[in-house]
Amino acid sequence: MKLSKSEIEHIAKLARLNLSEDEAKLYSQQLSDILDYVEKLQAVDTSGVEETSQVTGLTNIMREDKIEESGISDELVASSFQNSNGYIKVPKIL
Amino acid sequence: MDLNKLTVLETFEGLRDKKFSSEEITKSCLKQIESFNGQIKAFITINEDGAILQAKAVDKKIKNKSPLSPLAGIPVAVKDLFCTKDLRSTAASKILENYIPPYDATVVEKIRTGDGVIIGKANLDEFGMGNSGEKSGFFPTHNPWDLERVPGGSSSGSAAATASDMCIYALGTDTGGSIRQPASFCNVTGLKVSYGRVSRYGVMAMTSSLDTIGPITKNVADAAFVLQQIAGYDKKDSTTPAEKVDDYLKEIKKDVKGLKIGLPKEYFIEGLDEEVRNVVLAAAKKFEDMGAEVVDVSLPHTDLAVAVYYIICPSEVSSNMARYDGIRYGLSKRDGKDLLDIYLNTKSSGFGDEVKRRIMIGTYALSAGYYDAYYKKAMQVRTLVKQDFDKTFSDVDVILTPVSPALAWKMGENMSDPLKEYLADVFTIPASLAGICGLAIPAGLVGGLPVGVQLLGKRFDEKTILRAGYQYQLATDWHQQKPNIK
Repeated sequence: MKLSKSEIEHIAKLARLNLSEDEAKLYSQQLSDILDYVEKLQAVDTSGVEETSQVTGLTNIMREDKIEESGISDELVASSFQNSNGYIKVPKIL
Repeated sequence: MDLNKLTVLETFEGLRDKKFSSEEITKSCLKQIESFNGQIKAFITINEDGAILQAKAVDKKIKNKSPLSPLAGIPVAVKDLFCTKDLRSTAASKILENYIPPYDATVVEKIRTGDGVIIGKANLDEFGMGNSGEKSGFFPTHNPWDLERVPGGSSSGSAAATASDMCIYALGTDTGGSIRQPASFCNVTGLKVSYGRVSRYGVMAMTSSLDTIGPITKNVADAAFVLQQIAGYDKKDSTTPAEKVDDYLKEIKKDVKGLKIGLPKEYFIEGLDEEVRNVVLAAAKKFEDMGAEVVDVSLPHTDLAVAVYYIICPSEVSSNMARYDGIRYGLSKRDGKDLLDIYLNTKSSGFGDEVKRRIMIGTYALSAGYYDAYYKKAMQVRTLVKQDFDKTFSDVDVILTPVSPALAWKMGENMSDPLKEYLADVFTIPASLAGICGLAIPAGLVGGLPVGVQLLGKRFDEKTILRAGYQYQLATDWHQQKPNIK
């Protein structure tokens, strides 16, 4: 399966990646090779086979809806590029 | 005596018998790092001052006869994928080059509250994506056995540091083989735990449905000892069941008489290096001599596992890497015109080639119209791979296989062919998909390069593979072979 240049550009846009001309060309070839390889799964009969998303046997871990202080909220906010008064600052969106 | 060459258990006893201080052993490791890290490049950050400070605090406790935690005073190298409070944690990625976390991963917290000595943050393939150690965003790690060869990955620095005695033990992560394969290439012991056995809170996620954390050590007894300290339920990681933690050090003392070991025929295929095959078969023979029963078994869906993995892993990667958007932490490129430019420029300049490649594959596999054909199909075939193991483990206690089909390869050899590199994980990926545990132990040298074998066990049955590995190491001395670094 060959991914076209426009398909690569579309995927990059969804993934929020800027690709150079060279990268786009390289990925087009490499992704096509990898997708060709995983194509072998299509030949497997999986009718009626459940999906395995994890293997712990655990489901829906609930806890009481109670606030617990992390004690580090100032430090967490301080990790951001710009912040003020305990808030992270971002450029305007609209 | 070179204190840095000691094992965890020897250090544990020596500190209590006052044969040496924690400061002495810590300085001995730091000296080894100073002498050889320039050529091996196992560390991204060396925690010299912090380590000595911690060691001195432990020595004071010993002097005052205060109670001592099991890992107290023992120098450990921590893969740089773990968050360490106030100590730079980079994931070997430019996107986190200057990131200093405000909190500890649960496992790191356990080590720190137990007065363990974090000697440094070990190099890796960026975010754990790679199996050669060459895909670090900063510099590649070299194999201490042959500096022109790869140490394996992604826990490249953890394995190389342990093999070259720059630490007493190390922590790594294993998603598709990232502890077992570098352990095999560097002649050390590597334990991939069952999915959920050890908390992953505070460890940067790569493939959330497969990621595990485990020790890389100089022998199996050490792995058993370290696992005892880090295993168990954590309320901050909802994938850790309240499953009993066994007394591993006690369990490994039992001999292997009557233990049933399976050799899966799908792991002895074309493409397996002839000499690696001989090493595995010799190990099987050794187990027979020790009283175990070795039988042939079959895991028929083995050859589909790599294809399953390279859908599931990139899909989850594409989701997990979305958080590095230049807003909350890490690199932020502000030279564009709007918010979209921050995302685009940050990710494009911060992520390395392999990370971008996996984000691209995953984004494609999860994009509109393709979910059923890729991710869903992969999760169904994953069930078949898992059922193979469940069925086989109803008949045998342990499965014995090669770790890697080949010896450590020359640096640069697979860099331009990602698919070829992916296929090198063929023997470690199936166990990851099944969520079972696996132990890599040294079992031979071929042309001066280490070859490990893999012991696979049932989910949460670490005690049985550790026991088999420990008994094997009582009968052999492969694990005591050291690289000749100078």
